[in-house]
Amino acid sequence: MKLIVAIIQPHKLDAVKNALEAVEVNLMTVTEVLGQGRQKGVTEIYRGAKEAGGLLKKIRLDIAVNENFVEPTIAAITTSAHTGCVGDGKIFILELAECIRISTGERGGTAIG
Amino acid sequence: MNTGDTAWVLTATALVLLMTLPGLSFFYGGLVRRKNVLSVLMQCLIILCAISLQWILFGYSLAFGPDFHGIIGKLDWAGLRGVGSLPNADYAATIPHSLFMIFQAMFAVITPALIIGAYAERVRFSAFLIFTLLWSTLVYDPLAHWVWGTGGWLKALGALDFAGGIVVHVSSGVSALVLAVLLGKRIGYNHKPIRPHNLPFTVLGAALLWFGWFGFNAGSALAADGNAVNAFITTNTATAAAGLTWALIEWWHNGTPTILGAATGAVAGLVAVTPACGFVNPMNAIFIGMIVAMICYLAIAVIKAKLGYDDALDAFGVHGVGGMWGTIATGLFAEKAVNAAGSNGLFFGGAQLLLVQLLIVAVTVIFAALMTLIIFKAVDALIGMRVEEKNEIVGLDLTQQSEAAYTVIE
Repeated sequence: MKLIVAIIQPHKLDAVKNALEAVEVNLMTVTEVLGQGRQKGVTEIYRGAKEAGGLLKKIRLDIAVNENFVEPTIAAITTSAHTGCVGDGKIFILELAECIRISTGERGGTAIG
Repeated sequence: MNTGDTAWVLTATALVLLMTLPGLSFFYGGLVRRKNVLSVLMQCLIILCAISLQWILFGYSLAFGPDFHGIIGKLDWAGLRGVGSLPNADYAATIPHSLFMIFQAMFAVITPALIIGAYAERVRFSAFLIFTLLWSTLVYDPLAHWVWGTGGWLKALGALDFAGGIVVHVSSGVSALVLAVLLGKRIGYNHKPIRPHNLPFTVLGAALLWFGWFGFNAGSALAADGNAVNAFITTNTATAAAGLTWALIEWWHNGTPTILGAATGAVAGLVAVTPACGFVNPMNAIFIGMIVAMICYLAIAVIKAKLGYDDALDAFGVHGVGGMWGTIATGLFAEKAVNAAGSNGLFFGGAQLLLVQLLIVAVTVIFAALMTLIIFKAVDALIGMRVEEKNEIVGLDLTQQSEAAYTVIE
């Protein structure tokens, strides 16, 4: 089991969600986050005071999958979230020790899907 | 001169200001995405500033000044020369001429602000400002002269527009449609509405529009009299009928009534009753409201989705379509028993009025569409109407104004 953490552009969320559903990855958690990478933030000005390069809004996806879904999930995200510009985001893959479905008490691979 | 009339029209003027800011700006502001809410508020505020100045410098004179062949007002009243506290009997015999001028200024302000609904979330700020000034001068001012100005050629034909169904709503609504088509769709628009970021704002804005519209419609009587009271009652009645009808249509069509639907219906009702409010009785205002809800629902939820143009906040669907219906409805339901200065509509034995109303709709649609096309092409060639793709994605608040409405983390 792996936990896939993806940081993407906010406007790509719909496209990514559709691409994931197309490879039968239907379960995910979505959060709005702030971050900075190679893409520069936009300067903000409040009553004349400049604040250079603030953090940018991004979307974070947390997706827990069984091994055979890892590569399809990565492929779905990289193609659907891609624009070719800095700021497209990153994907992190983490080992997942356990997964428990609260409603039934199921554990492991059967609890994920 | 009448102090009661003066006090009421002063009050009504402030009410109409409230329609633009915060009424319309929050109505629209709630409908856009979080990254663009400030851009809508800014556009409304800047229109209020810029057109207030345009109006007293030359706009008022172009619209209401001494007639030049029925087409435009001469510049005799530019800079408010001769527009003082003595009444002008042609427009309002019992209030100061300067009060009529500032009351009309608020109409000139809200009209270009209505168009924001079409180009929201993708227009360049500098282009918006130039477009607005040109549009006010070349579309609103002449049209106001034709319909309301002494000697205006549509007024001479006997066209009825009590508070601005044609001059304000059809003109802005049609221009909005032309702009929506020329600008193209927002990135990510796929034939269905982009989710509004703050519906409580939208409902707040709709409520302030309803409140301010009493000044718009009942104030257009330009007197504190029975005509104003009738306009007040018909306005409230048509709005109530339209809001309820819209919610019922949704309930029947989609399974649930929505607050956005009820609020949109109410605004459509306000639009439709605007040209008619001083000429129809309250019972017929119910029909005007019910029918506008049906027509606008069809235009927005069915036809727009099929055609695929991106009228982002339905400026055409509500103001253009609702204004056309209201103008035609005036030709059906107007009666001299309500207002002796009006005419009888088709249902009261006057087929002539309906023909004139249809004619002014056609003239306004053609004129506004053509002029908007020309102004758009000029401004687009000069500086580009639309923002760059990457700026549209980041949002207009950050890229056009260098500020953000909401913090995620303090």
